[in-house]
Amino acid sequence: MENTIISLRNAVVEYDGEQILKNISLDIIDKQFVTLLGPSGCGKTTTLRIIGGFAEMASGELLFNGVSIKNLPPHKRQVNTVFQKYALFPHLNIYENIAFGLRIQKLPEDEIRERVGEMLELVNMRGYEKRSIHSLSGGQQQRIAIARALVNRPKVLLLDEPLGALDLKLRKDMQIELKRMQQDLEITFIYVTHDQEEALTMSDTVVVMRDGMIQQIGTPQDIYNEPINAFVADFIGESNIIDGIMRRDFLVEFAGKEFVCVDKGFGKDELVDVVIRPEDIKVVPQQEGAIVGVVQDVIFKGVHYEMTVDALGYNWIIHSTRSEEPGSIIGMNVTPEDIHIMHKSEDE
Amino acid sequence: MKAPKSLAIPYAVWVLIFTVVPLGLVVGFAMTDQDGSLTLENIFAMSEYMSVLFRSILFAIIATVICLLIAFPASYIISRASAINQSTLVVLLMVPMWINFLLRTYAWMTLLEQNGLINRLLGLIGLGPYNLINNSGAVILGMVYNYLPFMILPLYSVMVKIDQSIIEAAQDLGSNKLRLVRKVILPLSMPGISTGVIAVFVPSVSTFIISRMLGGGTNDLIGDIIEMQFSGNSYNPHLGSAMALVLMIIVLFMMSLFNQFGSEEDVIL
Ligand SMILES: Nc1ncnc2c1ncn2[C@@H]1O[C@H](COP(=O)(O)OP(=O)(O)O)[C@@H](O)[C@H]1O
Ligand SMILES: [Mg+2]
Repeated sequence: MENTIISLRNAVVEYDGEQILKNISLDIIDKQFVTLLGPSGCGKTTTLRIIGGFAEMASGELLFNGVSIKNLPPHKRQVNTVFQKYALFPHLNIYENIAFGLRIQKLPEDEIRERVGEMLELVNMRGYEKRSIHSLSGGQQQRIAIARALVNRPKVLLLDEPLGALDLKLRKDMQIELKRMQQDLEITFIYVTHDQEEALTMSDTVVVMRDGMIQQIGTPQDIYNEPINAFVADFIGESNIIDGIMRRDFLVEFAGKEFVCVDKGFGKDELVDVVIRPEDIKVVPQQEGAIVGVVQDVIFKGVHYEMTVDALGYNWIIHSTRSEEPGSIIGMNVTPEDIHIMHKSEDE
Repeated sequence: MKAPKSLAIPYAVWVLIFTVVPLGLVVGFAMTDQDGSLTLENIFAMSEYMSVLFRSILFAIIATVICLLIAFPASYIISRASAINQSTLVVLLMVPMWINFLLRTYAWMTLLEQNGLINRLLGLIGLGPYNLINNSGAVILGMVYNYLPFMILPLYSVMVKIDQSIIEAAQDLGSNKLRLVRKVILPLSMPGISTGVIAVFVPSVSTFIISRMLGGGTNDLIGDIIEMQFSGNSYNPHLGSAMALVLMIIVLFMMSLFNQFGSEEDVIL
């Protein structure tokens, strides 16, 4: 059963006369892990702040279970936030930080103790009750910030780049833990990140944003396999983006050659972006290749090699498990399913 | 790396000349009579002035509380303003302090007098004249006006360090405005409050100009009495020193009491 819990309708936010969010509409499905993904400055935090009640819309509507909450102050909303910089209370110890929201609800001391204990268990921080927040590492502070928000049992948890300050290993561990918490507690998470890999591994739904506009909403698979435009394709993993001309349905010309593809419905001779994933280009002997080029550069990336190949005026990025000598001439093939045709973005 | 101890010598000399020696002189004068023999008479003579001392402390407490009540919200508003507005507001606050203390207080005289500006304006709409000057209210007004910046500046400087995200976190966790102030802003402002309270209370409790100019001779404070012992007809530096000493001890006692209370407050909240 899919049930919309938060609905943002035509949200516009302006600062100093400049539009920061340009007419954003977004439905958040209950109990999903939804990620707002986009480059820095695209409006992710602002979107989150509207939902939390800390930013005002110039126009637009915000519904919670179908009821407008846009004029409700933050303390009356059933959402809690994990702030980018943790924002723990420096004058309170860890126990009191987590208990903060429960004390405001004036819960009995027994219940507070029990629920704070549960949360410390959940974030693996039992035994730290009396410690000051200054004695914690960044990763531990982050756990306390998460516990402090979750202890209130919000319907929706907002997280603004919560793992941004952590090192890679810790970030990977926390990604898994956060996902586990979200599934165990059955709470809707709205998660902001500029890290596409993080978005793809954790989310049920990814919302790709750019310049205050939503580019695409979909499952990680949708976004990765069927990016709606060259921006999304490029942002979600590396891509080769080549100028092309759609000669007719199922036939596209790029790099001076015609290729069979699976896309149709474009105007005749329409200028398009052709997107090809680096892992979809097959390296073949020179005489078998549809395109022939010279290897410029090879980098070992762990699982695969990343090669830059100069051919027909483009630098092609190829991911392959076999490496070729720089300077050697190779052939490249792409199957029709791996050629993605996209309308040119308007503002390029 | 440690700096050589010899670098501290100028400071030590400074402290010796301007703090230790005068303090020693005060104690010395307080404990002796005209002939230079040891006595506690000067201290006991203070009992005559107990009501003045009590009034001074009362007025200073009232002025300090009023300053705190004005400064707390004012400092908070300034600390949350944009960077440009913050510096403008702080400068506006400082401007009166650049004017001579006496002039500032004279200005209040001309405002509050029987035929002063305020009474004349009130007269235009058929009110008054009221007795605005030469009463305890005018003295307290003078203290609040002169020492308010001493409360605002330390409060502002601790409040401006409170990250906006901490305030938002408190609201996010369910705090309305009142709870936000009580559970977050007040405890985090405690260091500024104790500095500000001392910075207002100490000059208020020992002032003599304000009471003389705005109190009309009926509201003498301990500062006035002390001053008279040094420059008036009743020249008696021994009694004056004893009064200064007693005042100093009372102030130190009250401050330590206040600080005790302040640090306990942190734990309770
Ligand atoms: N309070 C503000 N005043 C003025 N401009 C702001 C304010 N908050 C955000 N902006 C601007 O809005 C844009 C989007 O910001 P933000 O939502 O923080 O982006 P993101 O979180 O995606 O990096 C940025 O260009 C930023 O400079
Ligand atoms: Mg941001």
